Amino acid sequence: MATITQLNVNGTSRNISADSQDSLLFVLRDQLGLTGSKYGCGEGQCGACTVLIDGTARRSCITRMGTVGDKKITTIEGLAIGERLHPLQQAFLDEAAMQCAYCTSGMIMSAASLLNENASPSESEILNFMEGNVCRCGTHPRIVAAIQKAAKMQKGAGQ
Amino acid sequence: MTAKPNFEIPVEPERYELREAPPYRFETDRREFFKYLGAGVLILCAAKAARGAQESGGGQRHSGEALPQEISAWLHVGEDGSVTVFTGKVEVGQNIRTSLTQAVAEELHVAVDKVQMVMGDTQLTPYDRGTFGSLSTPVMNLQLRRAAAAACDIFINLAAAQWQVDRTQLLAADGRVTDQATRKSVEYAALVKGQQLTETLPAEDPLAPATEWTVAGKSLPKVDGRDFVTGKHQYPSDQKIPDMLYGKVVRPSAFNATLVSVDTHAAEQIPGVTVVHDGNFIGVAAPSATAARTAAAAIRADWKSDPQPSNKELFEYLKKNAVPRDAEGDHGDPMPYHSGSIETAMKSADHHLQQTYTVAYIAHCPLEPRAALAQWNGDRLTVWTGTQRPFGVRTELASAFHISEDQVRVLMPDMGSGYGGKHTGETAIEAARLARAAKRPVKVTWTREEEFTWAYFRPAGVIEITSGMSADGTVTAWEYHNYNSGTAGIRTYYDIANQKIEFHPSRSPLRQGSYRGLAATANHFARESHMDELAHMAGRDPLAFRLHNLKDDRLKAVFKAAAQKFDWGRAKALPGQGFGIAGGFDKGGYIATCAEVSVDRASGDVKVTRIVAAFECGAIVNPDGLRNQVVGANIMGLGGALFEAIEFENGQILNGRFSKYRLPRFSDIPPIEAVLLDRKDLPSAGAGESPIEGLAPAIGNAIFDASGVRLRSMPLVPNGLKTT
Repeated sequence: MATITQLNVNGTSRNISADSQDSLLFVLRDQLGLTGSKYGCGEGQCGACTVLIDGTARRSCITRMGTVGDKKITTIEGLAIGERLHPLQQAFLDEAAMQCAYCTSGMIMSAASLLNENASPSESEILNFMEGNVCRCGTHPRIVAAIQKAAKMQKGAGQ
Repeated sequence: MTAKPNFEIPVEPERYELREAPPYRFETDRREFFKYLGAGVLILCAAKAARGAQESGGGQRHSGEALPQEISAWLHVGEDGSVTVFTGKVEVGQNIRTSLTQAVAEELHVAVDKVQMVMGDTQLTPYDRGTFGSLSTPVMNLQLRRAAAAACDIFINLAAAQWQVDRTQLLAADGRVTDQATRKSVEYAALVKGQQLTETLPAEDPLAPATEWTVAGKSLPKVDGRDFVTGKHQYPSDQKIPDMLYGKVVRPSAFNATLVSVDTHAAEQIPGVTVVHDGNFIGVAAPSATAARTAAAAIRADWKSDPQPSNKELFEYLKKNAVPRDAEGDHGDPMPYHSGSIETAMKSADHHLQQTYTVAYIAHCPLEPRAALAQWNGDRLTVWTGTQRPFGVRTELASAFHISEDQVRVLMPDMGSGYGGKHTGETAIEAARLARAAKRPVKVTWTREEEFTWAYFRPAGVIEITSGMSADGTVTAWEYHNYNSGTAGIRTYYDIANQKIEFHPSRSPLRQGSYRGLAATANHFARESHMDELAHMAGRDPLAFRLHNLKDDRLKAVFKAAAQKFDWGRAKALPGQGFGIAGGFDKGGYIATCAEVSVDRASGDVKVTRIVAAFECGAIVNPDGLRNQVVGANIMGLGGALFEAIEFENGQILNGRFSKYRLPRFSDIPPIEAVLLDRKDLPSAGAGESPIEGLAPAIGNAIFDASGVRLRSMPLVPNGLKTT
């Protein structure tokens, strides 16, 4: 019996049909077509499913719908403003910080959360924060460089 | 006449999943092409040379069978100037879509954004054996360059005919032909208006030498990168079509289990659920993923399985269960490889060494687990799936459903990596079986646990080496036995007069198959660890010892380049520090790796603190893409070198989740410097695999240098370094 019928995603209230025990990831992917958030492990160990909930990184695969309520969800699809990419998206492109790129949306969302709470993280703060995100192709050094670059871009833009 | 591919590469025996040959192959009608793409110029790349049967997957065809001419790629330039390239190769993160785009833009003299690649669609692209073996660059890059050059030639000839001038005064650039004398200029598009020109590619087309490359040879960002950073790209697991159901398979309790009884009644009562029980296959299709999970959980199945070996007795088991080499379908190096006399050489040697090395099973762990969406239209089947072998999956589907291959279309959206782990079509078959029963499209996406359990693993292995050496540090005898892991990279590149090298297949307790680098990782680990032991035995510096025993100049060059960058030979700066070096040659690539480690003797903690990898694979096509591959291979390799190992018992995987199977993470990764040697005078080879192969022995040798402890098993330190 579906008890949850609304979800606040990327600035819009969307109609859904979910139980409190359902995983946020599958509601996003299967009901709302927001497939930028990925399934990687189902136990919050790889970070491919990372979204922002009220600005903070959360693993959507282990986030139960019952805990979401009217909190604001941001997915990778909601990060750019129109055609203007978020600094992290631009920096990941500039640094070619991807190979298969299946981890990329989760990496960017985790990094967005990091930059929300710490506008100029040190390298070790980046490594610590990103430890929960797996890249199997091995683009980690480029990802770190991209996050550093995005932090600089944001500061330059006076954000 | 048998069809002939133009690049003969043996299939290594450890590619167990590739043994079956496709029973049929059908030529695409060229007229269909112009119908699909409109008028223009179509270039077909004919594959030349012999051994079509091998190219199609290792098996044998009926002799005397007439086959259509093998075509390896198509290139079409339309009336609107758009360039469309068709290749059966697929993009799995190695950035081949980008580097092939570059190759075509270079030879055709068009802007990169004018080129569109259609990849891995069995209906639209020519047959391709698969994207593996580091062949996309040496084979497909070359073929597409030829196709693009041939198309460019046609445009020049058309313009020469139209203007009644000598073609030597015409120049192709930026999608136009220009008369250098009159400055008259025409777009390619205008030259082919209303025409349907076809040319089958001559093999001897001249190509621009690497020294004259303008587009290829430079770094080019991922051509569709924006789709990936915005979440827009649709991976196989993201595919969705109207009316689609979600599938779930009920798995056996253990490997090789047989079904004793099954009760599907409860599941069948759930509205909208279709249950399939067909032999050992049990699965459900339901309107949502949640409903599919619920229905699968409602099925009561009893399975029976026999006791099976565990990882604890694995290496004994592999040696005990060695089987004779299968002559059929085994196209690896001829074995045993023999030269000189081991016996005589061992007798006269001043030093003798005998050691055993082992390598555990590991999992590919592509971040995107296998996924397939299947749709039936009458007796025609379309499947979108993540695979490195769309044509191989087409064959599997045709065989599973007793239909012909021309009734099956497999499409491969750029996927979330493979590393050699996605060569087979089980997910596609599962989705298709459920879709046929449900009479609606069905998508099956494997969970991480399913991916860990029901895919296949990199073969485990036992390697025994017996060697002899003269007092001056010249290795004179080399006897080498590899049990189960495979033949890739098994031959030594050191100049040793007396050799015996043999591969012994075994009855593997787990399903095994290709993995990035194949057995070359295991063989390099054993060989380069052993060479290090010999160097220490001879009292020689490990680098000098290797150079002394080497004749291959390309390999010497990477060893020297790595050592120079690493500052090999410098004094240790810290207690617990150690340096190691290792290298080798595989699949056209030369790799030498230096590793620096830090060992804490009290806690047993081992940290890799620096890696330098020197790599040479001929002329570099895309330097940044290559750097990304070399660094990425070393990061992936850290897992197998240090801590990855599959634990299993009685047909069950015990650590098949990311919370139990440790992967390299941000904090594990040291600074990695890639030194790329660009040999513009040599043909380009692939680089997706061989850069991984020097790492594990370099780390093992560095740990020995730091601690005096010689580790002979991969992974080296799953639980830290035990020094007592």
